[in-house]
Amino acid sequence: MSHASGSIVERFTSALADLDVPVTRTTPTDCAATIAGIVAEPVVGVELPFEGVTLPGVVDTDPSPSSLEAARTGVTPASFGIADYGSVALTATPDGSEPVSLFVDRHVAVLRRRDLLPDMPTAFERLGPALRAGDSVVLATGPSATADMGELVRGAHGPKEVHVVLVDDEGATDE
Amino acid sequence: MSSSREERAARIRHLLDTEGSAVGENTRGFNRGRYDAVADLEAYESLKDRARAIKADAIADLPALVESVTEAVESNGGTVYLADDADDANRYIREVVADRDADRLVKSKSMTSEELEVNDALAADGVDVVETDLGEWVLQVADEAPSHIVAPAIHKSRADIARLFNERFDPDEPLETAAELTAFARERLGELIADADVGMTGANFITADSGTIVLVTSEGNARKSAVVPDTHVAVAGVEKIVPSVEDVSPFIELIGRSGTGQDITSYVSLLTPPVDSPVVDAGEPDVALADRDDDREFHLVLIDNGRFDLREDDELRETLYCIRCSACANSCANFQAVGGHAFGGETYTGGIATGWEAGVHGYDSAAEFNDLCTGCSRCVNQCPVGIDIPWINTVVRDRLNRAGDDGRFDALYAELTPDAEPGGLDLGKRLFGNYGTLARVGSATAPVSNWVASLPPTRALLERVAGVDRRRDLPTFERTTLRDWFAARGGCRVDEASATRSAALYADVYTNHVDVDRGRAAVRTLEALDVHVRLPSVPESGRAPFSQGMIATAKEAAEGVHDALRADLEAGRDVVVIEPSDLAMFRTEYGKLLPAADADALAAGSYELFEYVYGLAENGADLEVLTGGPEPVAYHAHCQQRTLGLEAYTTAVLDRLGYDVVESDVECCGMAGSFGYKREYYELSMDVGKHLGDRFAAADARDRTVVASGTSCGEQLDDLLDRGSRHPVELVAPDRRSER
Repeated sequence: MSHASGSIVERFTSALADLDVPVTRTTPTDCAATIAGIVAEPVVGVELPFEGVTLPGVVDTDPSPSSLEAARTGVTPASFGIADYGSVALTATPDGSEPVSLFVDRHVAVLRRRDLLPDMPTAFERLGPALRAGDSVVLATGPSATADMGELVRGAHGPKEVHVVLVDDEGATDE
Repeated sequence: MSSSREERAARIRHLLDTEGSAVGENTRGFNRGRYDAVADLEAYESLKDRARAIKADAIADLPALVESVTEAVESNGGTVYLADDADDANRYIREVVADRDADRLVKSKSMTSEELEVNDALAADGVDVVETDLGEWVLQVADEAPSHIVAPAIHKSRADIARLFNERFDPDEPLETAAELTAFARERLGELIADADVGMTGANFITADSGTIVLVTSEGNARKSAVVPDTHVAVAGVEKIVPSVEDVSPFIELIGRSGTGQDITSYVSLLTPPVDSPVVDAGEPDVALADRDDDREFHLVLIDNGRFDLREDDELRETLYCIRCSACANSCANFQAVGGHAFGGETYTGGIATGWEAGVHGYDSAAEFNDLCTGCSRCVNQCPVGIDIPWINTVVRDRLNRAGDDGRFDALYAELTPDAEPGGLDLGKRLFGNYGTLARVGSATAPVSNWVASLPPTRALLERVAGVDRRRDLPTFERTTLRDWFAARGGCRVDEASATRSAALYADVYTNHVDVDRGRAAVRTLEALDVHVRLPSVPESGRAPFSQGMIATAKEAAEGVHDALRADLEAGRDVVVIEPSDLAMFRTEYGKLLPAADADALAAGSYELFEYVYGLAENGADLEVLTGGPEPVAYHAHCQQRTLGLEAYTTAVLDRLGYDVVESDVECCGMAGSFGYKREYYELSMDVGKHLGDRFAAADARDRTVVASGTSCGEQLDDLLDRGSRHPVELVAPDRRSER
């Protein structure tokens, strides 16, 4: 990890920059417009469980296998992020967060600043109670990738591109 | 015997030619990536310690953990089946698949499923089994076995895969680039996944407290395999269970770095099945995911298949700590040269595979490749759970030796090979394992012994009977041994009473009988630094028999060495060792061979020669009395010296003395004691050595004086380069006139 220095947001951003994943910062009010500027249509998504934060109208939040197949972008919330690694935690939900983040070419993960955790042990402290309560979570770090065809290729069975939208909620600071 | 040696040599030659290049490029890339990735990880050593402790506790507590995980999975609504062996597991899986009336099962990569050969079992029932990991799919199309536990198609180049796909699938436009091949595979596999009935995954870890299956992947196919169909079967060895979710954390920080050099893989799936995600049902394309009311089914099939017996085995138990990261394969010079199709058994490949194969498939499978571990120890520090992999290999070798039943030549050899091993031991192993006795006879009868040994009929006989390759020069024994010389000059020139330090210099077999010059240089160097030197009569370290898997003989040697050095240690004298492989015996291997107190005393009191010189300088000795630079030097440290972290002392002393040093970063010279002398491994040894030869033939090194710390490194360098090599002490020792 070459991201040990700097604020938690800087570490997170720098880890993701190594994977060519942009991080766009926004506010709850501007979040929908920010997302609208990032997606490529058609867009599927699942509702964001964050108070005061909404998805833009362009997002189909009731996807089916066929609309999922046609979609180019999928928007999902992230339960938390891990600054040292640039990982986002995607919790499986009955409305399809897992397939929406997986079948599309571009995955847009929406993460609240307050949910950004510093490191792996802290992340697992949060995962422990959640998994014991029955949750399933994917720690996703950058796009899907393979080196099985002779050299590194981004976009194997999952997305080719990942974009993180970081929502600066009230009360959170960078330090 | 000689025909099987020929077959083995031919097989290795074939793999060097056909797969060596792709395997070498990939594994060396992973290995470099690992060094870079762990160098950036501040807590690397403490994470490894924690990971090892978690595994040790989990294996100790395994029966209780199996119960806990069963409770957790069942209370979540899944099913757990503990299968005794592969047949039992396959029978259960076939029943599940038949109950679901499944036509197709999609799989993500799982070595455990390879161990079961579940694909064949299901195919026999008419089930279409599809590997969805791109590398595994390439192998399924090619009908080949994995050559690496993490990157299964590592032996195939991009061009190989393009040729395979173009021939098999005849696409409209021929496929060429890695991106095109990946897109083609994604598309085709996506269709097969879409209407699959059952998904099968392995598990990297299973948490007993929550019933969570942890999958460490990058492609996304495991996510799809687990979630798209309504039925998920996970197969996993019982050793994958850890007590709690929190225990998984250090492994996630270590596994990607240790394997392919990634800080973390793209996806770490923590699935607590049956999962909340909706089934993606191609048969109902327009039903909204959120409107589904799925009744998911989950089966965890835990595999024993020899693991509970392995758990009872005091020597091989640590195999179960293995997290299958592939660091031991990637850091292994022999693996880099031939890959898993030579360096592997029925299922598993690489250094730790010996333990797995012995445990799950039996000793015959382990015997196929056990020789390829030279005990160089480069994997030891790379293992994220600290398994002493060379020890696992040595134990299996010892057990294989004892299983031999052919004692035809034993009478012929009894005089020259006074070991504690059973009859029927491979004659080459017996010859190399008793090198110390040969050397004594060789010196006593030199130069006649050298002359006889070099005669063509002798070399032909040695090659045919004992497998000593005639392309190698044999060591030339000196008539006057180091100890003879030392006695003749009347012992040490520095009085013990007034000396700064007092040392017992260990005259190893090679130094005493073959390379007497380096021994004399060591004596001159120590005397110049005001050290009183004794040259006690100490038997051979046991390295030679140890490397042949002759543990009982090595244990006798260890006891002999400790007895011979006991008085010196008790008198507070330092034990100084020239040969790194012998020092590694004293510091590491004796821990397995001697009572703990004896091993600890010897380990604490012994030093590598340049480590000792460096220590003297740090404590005020003046290095100016030695011979200084500015001679340009190319230095190759010994593999076991590097594992002990001691190579820096040699470069530091050379540096202080004004030499300009270029150091090789090649893991191993390829000679590895007697390995490179063996007929069946000569070509492999030279292939491995080529990287070292190339390094020292490069523009920045080709005009430099070559020095090497290890005996066999020096011999290999002599064969690789047209200029000879010396031990670095021969460079820095004061002039010979000081001997008198």
